[in-house]
Amino acid sequence: MKKISLVKLKAGRKARISAIEGGAALQRRLLSMGIYHGKEVAKLSNFALRGPVTVKVGRSVIALGHGMAGKIIVETE
Amino acid sequence: MIKKIFLLGNPNVGKSVVFSRLTGVKVISSNYPGTTIGISKGYLVAGQERLEVVDLPGTYSLESASKAEDVAASILKEQSKNEIAVISIIDATNLERNLYLTLELIEEGFPVIVCLNMCDEAKHRGVTLDAAKLEGLLKVPVISTCAVTGAGIKLLIERIKEAKAGSRRKVAHQERWQEIGTIVESVQQLTHRHHTFREILEDASIRPLKGLLMAIAVVYASFKIVRFLGEFLINKIFDPLFLNLYQPVLERLSVILGKWGFLHHVLIGDMIGGKIDFKQSLGLLTTAPYIEFAMVLPYIASFYLVLGILEDVGFLPRLAMLLDNILHKLGLHGFAIIPVLLGFGCNVPGILATRVLESRRERFIASTLISIGVPCVPLQAMIFGLLGRFSGFYVAGVYLVLASLWLILGIVLNRVLKGYSPEFLLEIPPYRLPAISAVAQKLFLRVKGFLIEAVPVVMLGVLAVNLLVYFKLFDFITNIFSPVMKHLFGLPKEAIVSIIMGFFRKDVAVGMLIPLGLTAKQLFIATTLLAITFPCIATFVVFLKELGLKDLLKATAIMLATGLIVGTILNFGIIH
Repeated sequence: MKKISLVKLKAGRKARISAIEGGAALQRRLLSMGIYHGKEVAKLSNFALRGPVTVKVGRSVIALGHGMAGKIIVETE
Repeated sequence: MIKKIFLLGNPNVGKSVVFSRLTGVKVISSNYPGTTIGISKGYLVAGQERLEVVDLPGTYSLESASKAEDVAASILKEQSKNEIAVISIIDATNLERNLYLTLELIEEGFPVIVCLNMCDEAKHRGVTLDAAKLEGLLKVPVISTCAVTGAGIKLLIERIKEAKAGSRRKVAHQERWQEIGTIVESVQQLTHRHHTFREILEDASIRPLKGLLMAIAVVYASFKIVRFLGEFLINKIFDPLFLNLYQPVLERLSVILGKWGFLHHVLIGDMIGGKIDFKQSLGLLTTAPYIEFAMVLPYIASFYLVLGILEDVGFLPRLAMLLDNILHKLGLHGFAIIPVLLGFGCNVPGILATRVLESRRERFIASTLISIGVPCVPLQAMIFGLLGRFSGFYVAGVYLVLASLWLILGIVLNRVLKGYSPEFLLEIPPYRLPAISAVAQKLFLRVKGFLIEAVPVVMLGVLAVNLLVYFKLFDFITNIFSPVMKHLFGLPKEAIVSIIMGFFRKDVAVGMLIPLGLTAKQLFIATTLLAITFPCIATFVVFLKELGLKDLLKATAIMLATGLIVGTILNFGIIH
């Protein structure tokens, strides 16, 4: 079990969200889009120069800003 | 007793299409989150009754995050619950995420009816939903629809009266998601299929390198198509119409009017070499319609056609994602590219669309950059038409100057303004094949909107200039600004009239440069200045309404300073 941020997670890997290190507003916003503690996400890609990170959650593809992705901590084997 | 119907749903589930179907009111819909920034109202006539229908901006939750999302939640909370029905519109291809808002609505005690939209697309993607079972679980009516074709809409209308408050207790957020998981499992069946070509493209579009290459190809092709279509319409349709059919009529009229006098001057304008010259005569029946219909309208039509297709395909969110890192340096994030693209059509909808950006700071930066560095289609059409005759090199030069301004001003504003820029967070919608009827309808709405707004102003603008010339009032104005024009910008003093006219209509303003006989360099400087300085009055008013007087004054100061500096640099920097 390793805990890393979504930015560090390799593209193509699946992981479970273990923490969201942001304020209540961010947590709520992500929650309403289906990103919350315990949810499994699959990372799709990562854009250069601090660009966004894309993940697949359920059936949606969501792009998150670099800073935001850095606050989402996932557990991976 | 239901008096009002509200349409609510996640962004990009087709609320506006359902709205059009229910009310017959035509509204613009696209394939990206946040198309509807205001609310649209219409009426549904069902039997004897006439019910008000309100289309709300999309939101993921009743506890909202951005300004556009706030609108929906706060309007709903003002209503008395027993007089309304809320149609909760769900994208059937993505039941799980969409159910969150629906459950919130039911928990809050709103009378709800669920509309499972995009059923045809769900089928294509191998998603089968059991609507009856879902109805049993949610205890509110559930209807499958496909709003684009109209399937299911009749049933939806019939059952609106059955909308009722469900009986759910409020639960914690996470618990709600767990419940959604259980519901989805029991009503949704996924058929595994092989990857379609569309899915392969979707996958490629979110990979950094492939995505970038695709985007460059798409943007380049779009630009080429807009130009090709625009030129085609001008050369093959509008120009021949004006020259072969309209001109003889006017020549006849000119003779009837006696080729001279006040009325002749106002209607026909000056005769150039004994003939009517549509570009230079400056008459109400000559130059005014020619500029609008033969020079600008063809480009408006081709631009909005291509933009409409790109919007409906779902390309824009992908472009937003690719540009996020660059826009971040300018204090914006990727989504700001959508208001910017709309601004290329006309700055007004561009500035309105900045509402999807979360912070006031971002909205200020985006709106200022749009009004300074994004030339609208009418202006671009005139630049192509005029400067393009000298060399494409100069046309590219205008864009290069504007692009550099974007970077410089953006970086400076980002440094100087207090606050930070929020992060990018955007759902990337699937690629969809645009429905021809939807694209055509959107094009029609936009072209109509353009004509209604532009034609009267163009007429007035041309009339004003015409009268100034007739009463020889030009000298008075031009002499005041003569030093700035001549010494800083190297332009003849008459160019100021064009810059002032730019405050009303950019296309007429460029048209007024034609009789001055400028060199390529002068024309380059003048059109660049027109692009930078005052956006037209409509943009001003919208800027004022959206961001207030203080921000408008700040933006105006930035604009004037930029114009002065750029004009001077271009004049002394280009050796020619």
